[in-house]
Amino acid sequence: MAWGLGKAFTKLFSSARQIEAHDWDDLEDTLVQADFGPAVTDETLAAVHRVADASATLDTDDLRRILGEVLEERLAKFDPTLNLKSSTGQPAVVLVVGVNGVGKTTTIGKFAKFIATRGKRAIVGAADTFRAAAVDQLATWAERAGVDIVRPTVDGQDPAAVAYQTVERAIAEGHDVVIIDTAGRLHTKSGLMDELGKIKRVVEKIVPIAEVLLVLDATTGQNGLNQATAFLEHAGVTGLVLTKLDGSARGGFVFAVQEESTIPVKLVGQGEGIDDLTGFTPHVFVRQLLD
Amino acid sequence: MAVFGSLSERLTSALSSLRTKGKLSAADVDGTVREIRRALLEADVSLEVVKDFTGKIRERALADDVSKALNPAQQVVQIVNEELIAILGGETAQLTFAKTPPTVIMLAGLQGSGKTTFAGKLAKYLKGQGHTPVLVACDLQRPNAVTQLTIVAEQAGVEIFAPEPGNGKGNPVAVAKAGVKFAKQKLFDTVIIDTAGRLGVDEALMKEARAVRDATDPDEVLFVLDAMIGQDAVVTAKAFQDGVDFTGVVLTKLDGDARGGAALSVRGLTNRPIIFASTGESLDELEPFYPDRMASRILDLGDILTLIEQAQKNFTEEESEKVAEKLATDSFTLADFLDQLQQVRKMGSMKGMLGMLPGANKMKAQIDNFDEKEIDRTEAIIRSMTPAERTTPKLLNGSRRLRIAKGSGMTVTDVNALVTRFEAAAKMMKTVARGGTPNIPGMGPMPGARAKAKPVVKKGSKSGNPAKRAAENAAIASPPAVTGNAFGVGESAEAPSDKDMETMRRLLERGGL
Repeated sequence: MAWGLGKAFTKLFSSARQIEAHDWDDLEDTLVQADFGPAVTDETLAAVHRVADASATLDTDDLRRILGEVLEERLAKFDPTLNLKSSTGQPAVVLVVGVNGVGKTTTIGKFAKFIATRGKRAIVGAADTFRAAAVDQLATWAERAGVDIVRPTVDGQDPAAVAYQTVERAIAEGHDVVIIDTAGRLHTKSGLMDELGKIKRVVEKIVPIAEVLLVLDATTGQNGLNQATAFLEHAGVTGLVLTKLDGSARGGFVFAVQEESTIPVKLVGQGEGIDDLTGFTPHVFVRQLLD
Repeated sequence: MAVFGSLSERLTSALSSLRTKGKLSAADVDGTVREIRRALLEADVSLEVVKDFTGKIRERALADDVSKALNPAQQVVQIVNEELIAILGGETAQLTFAKTPPTVIMLAGLQGSGKTTFAGKLAKYLKGQGHTPVLVACDLQRPNAVTQLTIVAEQAGVEIFAPEPGNGKGNPVAVAKAGVKFAKQKLFDTVIIDTAGRLGVDEALMKEARAVRDATDPDEVLFVLDAMIGQDAVVTAKAFQDGVDFTGVVLTKLDGDARGGAALSVRGLTNRPIIFASTGESLDELEPFYPDRMASRILDLGDILTLIEQAQKNFTEEESEKVAEKLATDSFTLADFLDQLQQVRKMGSMKGMLGMLPGANKMKAQIDNFDEKEIDRTEAIIRSMTPAERTTPKLLNGSRRLRIAKGSGMTVTDVNALVTRFEAAAKMMKTVARGGTPNIPGMGPMPGARAKAKPVVKKGSKSGNPAKRAAENAAIASPPAVTGNAFGVGESAEAPSDKDMETMRRLLERGGL
């Protein structure tokens, strides 16, 4: 897999051989370099040790297997299922939030396609009325995905109003899923964070929000945790989307993020193509991480 | 400005665990280095750089040439500080301008690192300096990147050269070339080329960026890097260095709370200067990157170092131990208190000293209200006592107090207040010196935050560190001040928040290194 820990592990797991003391150091370095963070790295190593120390002989293949099991177990504690239940007059509303430049708009384009290919009707709302040309960028994606878009009626319109109009239109036209793009905002800007709360409140006057997805860039380091905590508090995030996994970053910080925020990863983006968005499966994720 | 706050907190708490006296033992060093390593990793500094950094610290801490005047923890603080400055250090880097205009500046970076926004900021910044920049739209990849740059250019009030609509159409190399030609014809003196974001691993796009560079021969190639990036900073920075051989770095999104270890990583790995710090979404939010400021921001210790030096000069270990012992054995007297006050005085102005403490800016009002004269007055009162009275305050009856008041030019009320305060303080210090939680009778009503300050003295004067005790004394002495009497903190002064107290606590522990 393109984005796996692959290269980093090649040295360690190249061929099955007896474990040596320095392998543990290499393993630690590899996990740290995958952005697991020192705490999760230590915990993971300890967990692997517990299993490994019980066996008399141990080779690198065993180590890889044990590591995989340990990691998978940690990820499997969360339910990655997307909640997109809808009925006529009650579309599933998905709010997409995140800091600047993580790939929200791109994710929405892919997500709209993801839904469309599953035989549901989606509509996107361009509530990023702040960043220059964000609406046009989303429109291009909507066109590629073959879904409708609701644009702001005036420049710099209140994002909550755009979201509201999108939901109204979805109900009127019988769409199944509404995806609302929001402007990127750093989680430290309390004024902007409050705006998300407002969008939520306004939309929920018509229908309850099904999912609030926080988009996290896989190249992010330990700051991902701060982002998740802040967005959880202000926007009631219900799921994470991990993007840019096609690069060299491995996104190991999701272990800490999932566990500390208790928000499950639900979608994974791993490419620039419109079909490069998939659901999150711990088993697959770990396999790609280790292979 | 708390970008690196958490890193400095971590470093300080790592360092505060070093309490042993005398020369650093190998075990001390290993333990501390392990903590520093962890702190840096949590700040997203790349493992490679961390290893290099901690290696140097370890080597230097164990070397014989460290100053014998400093205690072990102080030595490590100094070494860490010096090494941090060594990595980040040097002069503030400047953009290089071409001898014959136009100066060509090319931007490169990952998707979402903030290139287009930075392009606008840079254009506005240069325009403000009297340059005539033109933006060239070479990001023909991302949907509507050209539109975004057009709007940004308009906001910055600069010209844009965008012959291609983008969205996958057009050749960025041709556009870049034409852009430079356009600038020459129309006499623009700076060309800023915005390129498509690309992953370090994407060889095709990297090749294209290289082609843009070769076609325009830029005077600066700026690598735009998101301050929130994690360990991938290494791979990315190296890929871009190999790919387009950037000449400078721009750190964006520094207004977030990322610890920004990337600054260390990218400097440590590529040795290219960080030229700009981008700190917000408005086009005005761009600052030159000051390496020295950043270093002291990382540690948040610049002033603490001064404080340590001063404390070191004025207190001797022996004196400290003597006092600690006295406190524990109940023999701390007014005479000792006077000594303490004088020690504090030797460190310079109390105001200045408080001002050096991290987090002090939040307590500025209280510090400004601090009356240096109060120490003089307290001293005067104690000096008007006989040696016997100083060691046995119980002797102080009404007529003695009147005499002291007259002798010191104060009133009996002042004398009474000092004695009450001293007794309460001595009792409290005794309790904490024995490891208990102080209950402070007769100290008058204390604002909640003050009560929370108790942990401040928890580890107490046993640590034998003078700076800490001095500050403790101040802390102990200030509660009556709130009721309108002592160290000049006015009643109206806002009680410090828990957070401030937390900062103070850390600081004190730090002082207790």
